[in-house]
Amino acid sequence: MSRDKDRYLSILLISPSILAVLIFVYGFIAWSVRVSLSEWKGLRPDYTWAGLKNYINLFSDPRFQVDIRNTLIFTGVFVIGSILLGFFLAVMLDQGLKGEGFFRSLFLFPMAISYIVTGVVWRWLMNPAEGDRLSGFNMLFSQLNLDFLINKWHTTENWGIAAIALAAIWQMSGYTMAIYLAGLRSIPDELREAARIDGASEFQIYRHIILPLLSPVTLSALIILGHMSLKVFDLIIAVAGKQLPLDVPAIYMWQTTFDGLFYGRGAAIGILLLISIAVLIIPYIRFTLKAEAQQ
Amino acid sequence: MSKSKLYGLFSVLMVAMLTLSACGGGAQKVEVFSWWTGGGEAAGLEAMIGVFQAQNPNVEFINAAVAGGAGTNARAVLATRLQAGDPPDSWQGHAGQELIGTYVAGNQIQPLNDLYEEEGWLAVMPETLIPLISDGGNIYSVPVNIHRANVLWYNPAVLSANGVSVPTTMDEWFAAMDTLQAAGVTPLALGEQWTKMHLMETVLLGTLGPDSYNGLWTGTTDWGSAEVTTALENFQKMLTYTNSDSASLSWQDAAQLVVNGDAAFNVMGDWAEGYFRELGKAPMADYGWAPVPGSVGVFQFLSDSFVLAVGAPDEEGAMAWLKIAGSKEGQEAFNPVKGSICARTDCDPALFGEYLQSAMDDWASNIVVGSLTHGVVANDSWKSEIDTALGLFVQNGDLAVFQSALVAACAASGPCQ
Repeated sequence: MSRDKDRYLSILLISPSILAVLIFVYGFIAWSVRVSLSEWKGLRPDYTWAGLKNYINLFSDPRFQVDIRNTLIFTGVFVIGSILLGFFLAVMLDQGLKGEGFFRSLFLFPMAISYIVTGVVWRWLMNPAEGDRLSGFNMLFSQLNLDFLINKWHTTENWGIAAIALAAIWQMSGYTMAIYLAGLRSIPDELREAARIDGASEFQIYRHIILPLLSPVTLSALIILGHMSLKVFDLIIAVAGKQLPLDVPAIYMWQTTFDGLFYGRGAAIGILLLISIAVLIIPYIRFTLKAEAQQ
Repeated sequence: MSKSKLYGLFSVLMVAMLTLSACGGGAQKVEVFSWWTGGGEAAGLEAMIGVFQAQNPNVEFINAAVAGGAGTNARAVLATRLQAGDPPDSWQGHAGQELIGTYVAGNQIQPLNDLYEEEGWLAVMPETLIPLISDGGNIYSVPVNIHRANVLWYNPAVLSANGVSVPTTMDEWFAAMDTLQAAGVTPLALGEQWTKMHLMETVLLGTLGPDSYNGLWTGTTDWGSAEVTTALENFQKMLTYTNSDSASLSWQDAAQLVVNGDAAFNVMGDWAEGYFRELGKAPMADYGWAPVPGSVGVFQFLSDSFVLAVGAPDEEGAMAWLKIAGSKEGQEAFNPVKGSICARTDCDPALFGEYLQSAMDDWASNIVVGSLTHGVVANDSWKSEIDTALGLFVQNGDLAVFQSALVAACAASGPCQ
């Protein structure tokens, strides 16, 4: 009896937030799905049924193909770069060097900066001007007599988006380092010592003991970085503005909805983004919940 | 503060609010919405509000300006207010299809033909302007200022050092740029994507001439025709004379290349002149201007204008504001401060600088056509489809695909069926 009472009370207590989440998250997702299946174009809502037209058109839309390609390149460079750099930094810090706390803060610090600030700074650093107007990295390369390194950064044909990923790596590798460092610290020293006694080299210890034990950490990092890269928007806008060679789905969604008033198409892009992120996140959440339940 | 005092204060505030809202019908006030919040624009608006207050001392003026993003934020706020049925009495918008395509289609603004006749504006505004700000014979906005889009800015020293004279036709322009390129000068300065659209619209105008150019937007010129192909080929050729880092330059950066002597030409609207003055450059010495080659005698305009809301809370006040916005006094107060010319042709030239005086002469005598990039000739949806097609073209250089995308855009969002 009293258990039931507790239960009703707890449901009552959390009901306002459940209601808010239902309306403002799931309600609006449902509404976006409805808009994405409509002919709505212009300022006045128009819910005329259009079926999957908006989605089908998107897949033959050359701009959306550019977006998918850019997202794949960005995700690849950003996720792999951040994980490699973050892991490397974590292993370095894990060697117990002096001033570890200082370096940890130093590497973590870029994460505290907004993508907009990062974007503006990297816009200056990656200035592609030539000749007398060289500046940023290119000027640095020129003064160090490393002229072969001078390049067009984010204005490079077809691969400019990879330069944007460099800025994102700079921002997020410290965070990846922190995740790996926590993972490394949770591996008991006894395991390494046992391996050393068995005659394993340092490389073998990392290859066969540390890395397998870190695989849940790597999975977390993959998921966190992966879903961030699917949503990337502000960083690109801050570096390059609205330019088609650096277009991604989020920018297309925003531009087509608010500049072009294609509400139906914008909603369809939003739903596709949601689905692609859900594909990444939902198995992970299930996995984590199961693991927690087992504990 | 004690609790009871707090309650007391609260109830006083509530009563005051209720009284104020109840009085809404009594005291006249007019709410005008714009994105003029900084620089010469805000100062010009203040000057025009001064004229309004002097002539309408009993009407309270509410300046509902929203800052940011060259109007992007303001338009989002306005859209929300309109969808909630809470329109301001009057708001700012680019004259032409940007307003008509969005707000007339949504039945949110009223025709102003009576006002134009009453105030005699048809006699003092260029005849070729009126169709561009009308839809189905109804005029929907009052233009306050005029900017010119088809201006070719050049560096006189760079041109004379290379023995090049100011071109007046497309062929002369290409020949001049060949000479400059051979001499190692960047012939044409260009910036980010929207400045490419700006260049494209002036090249379309310069190649097609005003009649065919206007036809593109009314549906009488076929986007798939051979003359449009020629114009697009000219545009494609034009891009080969530009700086390689255009994607990373703002319009200011690109314009500055010309006055600094790093490039010979730049095509930009005449707000660039205000920027050159800010940089301390002198007209005709550090920079010169001419119509974009092929468009001599044509004035490609854009304009900020004000509308009358459907269901304006105070329609009388809104009409009083529109009368000031279209009046000689109002426009003479606004434009010299903003750095643009009057939409009326009878403003006093002595109030304006050297460039603007020449623009006023052209405005009064030239054929007037509208700008694409700045919202006159195409509605927002059409323009955004053209922008996407242009972006893809700059990336892949495929002219045939570009032209067919333009044909499709006109059919989907423009007048072509």
